[in-house]
Amino acid sequence: MNPIRKKRLTLIGLMVAGIGVATWLALNAFDENLMFFFSPSEVVEGKAPEAHPFRIGGLVQNDSVKRKPDGLTTAFSVTDNAEAVTVEYTGILPDLFREGQGIVAMGQLNQNGIFIASEVLAKHDENYMPPEVAESLKTAHDEAVANPQPQASIQ
Amino acid sequence: MIIRFFHQMGSPRYFYNVAGKLVPWFMVSFLITLVFGLYYGLFVAPPDYQQGESYRIMYIHVPSAWMSMFIYVVMAVSGLISLVWRIKMTEIVVISSATVGASFTFLALATGSLWGKPMWGTWWVWDARLTSELILLFLYLGIIALHSAIEDKRVAARAVSILALVGVVNIPIIHYSVEWWNTLHQPASVTKFDKPSMDLSMLIPLLTMAISFKLYYGAVVLMRARAEIVERERNSRWVQELVEQEAK
Repeated sequence: MNPIRKKRLTLIGLMVAGIGVATWLALNAFDENLMFFFSPSEVVEGKAPEAHPFRIGGLVQNDSVKRKPDGLTTAFSVTDNAEAVTVEYTGILPDLFREGQGIVAMGQLNQNGIFIASEVLAKHDENYMPPEVAESLKTAHDEAVANPQPQASIQ
Repeated sequence: MIIRFFHQMGSPRYFYNVAGKLVPWFMVSFLITLVFGLYYGLFVAPPDYQQGESYRIMYIHVPSAWMSMFIYVVMAVSGLISLVWRIKMTEIVVISSATVGASFTFLALATGSLWGKPMWGTWWVWDARLTSELILLFLYLGIIALHSAIEDKRVAARAVSILALVGVVNIPIIHYSVEWWNTLHQPASVTKFDKPSMDLSMLIPLLTMAISFKLYYGAVVLMRARAEIVERERNSRWVQELVEQEAK
């Protein structure tokens, strides 16, 4: 490779590396702002902002969804399998909303520690399969739970 | 042998002739895979266990999103070669790819938005994945605008190549955004080292569509490059001979 080309290649390499480092530093500095939501554990630990709205994300806890008598308000718990936060929302829920589903809610905590949501979004996971496959996976899982394999005891 | 091939492809006249022969092949195979992929994806593949029929928009959305990044990488690599070796043909590849790349990016954003409304409950959120993909669209538009703002084609190509290389930092950000940060967008189902989290009956049409879109890009970039060559070389003897032959 002749020296002029080598010099150009080095300059471009330095430019791309420089931009890469600058971007990395910028993204690191804004790391928290780039997080789309807080997990229930972070909310319980008090990491989430108290005075202004934020988003909370997690799974809708099983058997926690309750409709209020007005017919529009829904109360449910959002969990990350460690901590849970109760969420109340008045309005129409997205198609994918159901127990066990990942959701992201926008809102604010009230004095009782209940998250009053102004918007609830469903988070889709990366799994795609036909209903029959999902059904057989579920059956296999239920059977495994009902008849656990005997564990080898540790002496 | 391979080096000789690249040397020949670097000559606009040779490229023009070879590309002219390749375009119909790309077009025909694009149409075949498109028909197969769409039919398999829209009619044969089973509905999703959670999303029902709505997931089928991914047969356009996912390949478009892949293409938006793939084309950008092609542009950045061609840009690097243009800057270091000053090869005319790679300069032409950079600018010929910009419009089709922008179109795929727009298609990915638009179809994603249409899917997001019923599934997530919103057309748009400012999460890391969606925002970085929008920045990619602006990069493409910036490249197109910069190229048309500079009169001298070779100076324009150099400027555009630098911009393409500056923007390439965005590509890993788009890909890893769903892992580095909490996003509303789901993590990757296919482009990861693990086995795909997608049933084979849904994956086959998806990959077919991805090949189909690549073939389409191949056809379009060759056609645009030929047009660009003729415009750049309009004063050379072989182009004038070509025009005379066409006129007869």
